[in-house]
Amino acid sequence: MKRLLYELSESWKIAAAQMRSNLTRSTLTALGVIIGIIAVTLMGTAVNGISIGFDKSMAVLGDDVLYVTQWPWKPVDDWWNYRDRKKIKTDYTETLNRMIAATPNSNLVIAVPTSNLMRSIKYGGNQVDNVFVLGTTSDFIVIGLFSWDSMVAMPLGAFNKYFSAKSDSDVRVKVKDKTRLADAKDELTGLMRRVRGLPPEKKDDFSINEQQAFKSTLDPVKNSIAIAGLFITGLSLFVGAIGIMNITFVSVKERTKEIGTRKALGARRRTILLQFLIESTALCLLGGFIGLAFAYLMCFGIGKAFPSFPIHFSVGLVFLSMIVSILTGLFSGFAPAWTASRLDPVAALRYE
Amino acid sequence: METRNSIRPPGPVVIDIENITKDYVMGEEVVRALRGVNLKIHRNEYIAIMGPSGSGKSTLMNMLGCLDTPTSGRYEFNGKNVAEMDDDELAAVRNREIGFVFQTFNLLPRSTSLRNVELPLIYAGIQPERRVERATQVLTDVGLGDRIHHKPNELSGGQRQRVAIARALVNGPSIILADEPTGNLDSKTGEEIMELLEDLYRRGNTIILVTHERDIAAHARRTVHLRDGLIEMDHAGFIAELDMPVATQTSA
Ligand SMILES: Nc1ncnc2c1ncn2[C@@H]1O[C@H](COP(=O)(O)OP(=O)(O)OP(=O)(O)O)[C@@H](O)[C@H]1O
Ligand SMILES: [Mg+2]
Repeated sequence: MKRLLYELSESWKIAAAQMRSNLTRSTLTALGVIIGIIAVTLMGTAVNGISIGFDKSMAVLGDDVLYVTQWPWKPVDDWWNYRDRKKIKTDYTETLNRMIAATPNSNLVIAVPTSNLMRSIKYGGNQVDNVFVLGTTSDFIVIGLFSWDSMVAMPLGAFNKYFSAKSDSDVRVKVKDKTRLADAKDELTGLMRRVRGLPPEKKDDFSINEQQAFKSTLDPVKNSIAIAGLFITGLSLFVGAIGIMNITFVSVKERTKEIGTRKALGARRRTILLQFLIESTALCLLGGFIGLAFAYLMCFGIGKAFPSFPIHFSVGLVFLSMIVSILTGLFSGFAPAWTASRLDPVAALRYE
Repeated sequence: METRNSIRPPGPVVIDIENITKDYVMGEEVVRALRGVNLKIHRNEYIAIMGPSGSGKSTLMNMLGCLDTPTSGRYEFNGKNVAEMDDDELAAVRNREIGFVFQTFNLLPRSTSLRNVELPLIYAGIQPERRVERATQVLTDVGLGDRIHHKPNELSGGQRQRVAIARALVNGPSIILADEPTGNLDSKTGEEIMELLEDLYRRGNTIILVTHERDIAAHARRTVHLRDGLIEMDHAGFIAELDMPVATQTSA
């Protein structure tokens, strides 16, 4: 165990000396890894940024709100089972609110109708586009904002006046405690079944959705963007890795006689293998550090210049790119290091 | 004080090879570098292996040093069959039991004398402080106490070979194998190196030396002549006494 430790520290020293004495060569080779790590890291920040953007957009729906709708918020194969469902009516909200008030310790707070129209509203000189409209006339006064963004709220009476009480609508129900969303969902299902007067043997003829449902359909999309992006940028890192592999092969060739000498002095195969693996890994780690520093500066610059650009640097990314550098080093060093460790000592000593 | 070239009673057998052959296959052609060599070497012997170029001296040396494996025949090192050792065991034997000295010194060019001499100690798993202490001691013993932080290109040829000898000695090996240790040195420096080896021999080391210079071989207490992969002559004493050889064994 101790011996392995000494061999390791010795290998690090050799690697450092090797890099120092072949400075130009090491730098040029590391450049491939530097570019690769910059590409992968920037892609990582972009993926992070997109993900955060998704979450922001999702927050419009509110994470403490349940939506009662005719159609579920996920792709369905048996659409015909949903087509003939009764529409959700605006006046359900009154019944629901009465039931909520009558239930002690209810998980639900209030139900309101919502039109799924997207409109532009004007208030004073300001205009906001793509607003979920609960209802609007020029006479409403904006009194405040809920946790729901891009939303106009108005008294129920006014809503009913402008949007008929019998009209189709979705119903939003605010939940008291968003950590107990599942309980709230069960409760709301019960209430809706009472509103619809469903006997126990019948299936639900409405859908209750939350933000999460949307997320789970969008997440695969988000993930494929991330995977595709990282794969493409990963290719540049792969090219860098091949550069490292090449230079490690050159290093093995150049130092064949040294390998023979080391073997004659008692180096085991493992020792030689470790030495060259560490050499390639050190080179990759160096490239990784420099690449990461560049990527950080670029992110910082982009963030300052275009604050809205979806790019996000994180500590996790630092660790990830370091791990990727190490793996790249091990990957690219393995073949040359293996070759070196298997060299016949006599042939290596004779090598000129 | 014993006189030079006096023969001591032999110690226990360190090297015992029986009917060793080594073939090199080069395409169609087979080069028979060794064609059945028998040799017994005892502890604290001083042997010179001589012979014309291509006679198989280096091949035999590599075999003795556990760097190469014979095509056929048996080799026992310190009573253990070398053919049965795996790679790690062979590495351990080379590390602890054998000290190599090469014609071309084979020092690591970018490392100081100290680091070069430390190398076998690292492979032996000795802790850093002990390594420095021991390497410094051995370097001082070979007369390089004031050169421990020099790199090979800052040393003369003779000094380089001294570093190499210190490196060969540092783990206290059973035998020292020197393949033409003076081949790259002028005769005066070569003589200094030979004095160092003589000194080691007197202190109880076992030395096997390959050379084709008579003056160099004259330092040994036993001479083995190789020709075409076979031992032509194996006798006590040195080559100048060939006129009245003290042959202990002759095979051809
Ligand atoms: N790797 C090899 N491949 C093919 N033939 C080899 C190899 N190594 C040695 N030989 C052959 O084996 C024979 C013995 O070589 P060896 O190096 O042992 O000679 P030597 O006695 O040390 O000669 P010198 O005094 O010139 O060093 C030579 O004919 C050489 O060509
Ligand atoms: Mg030779």
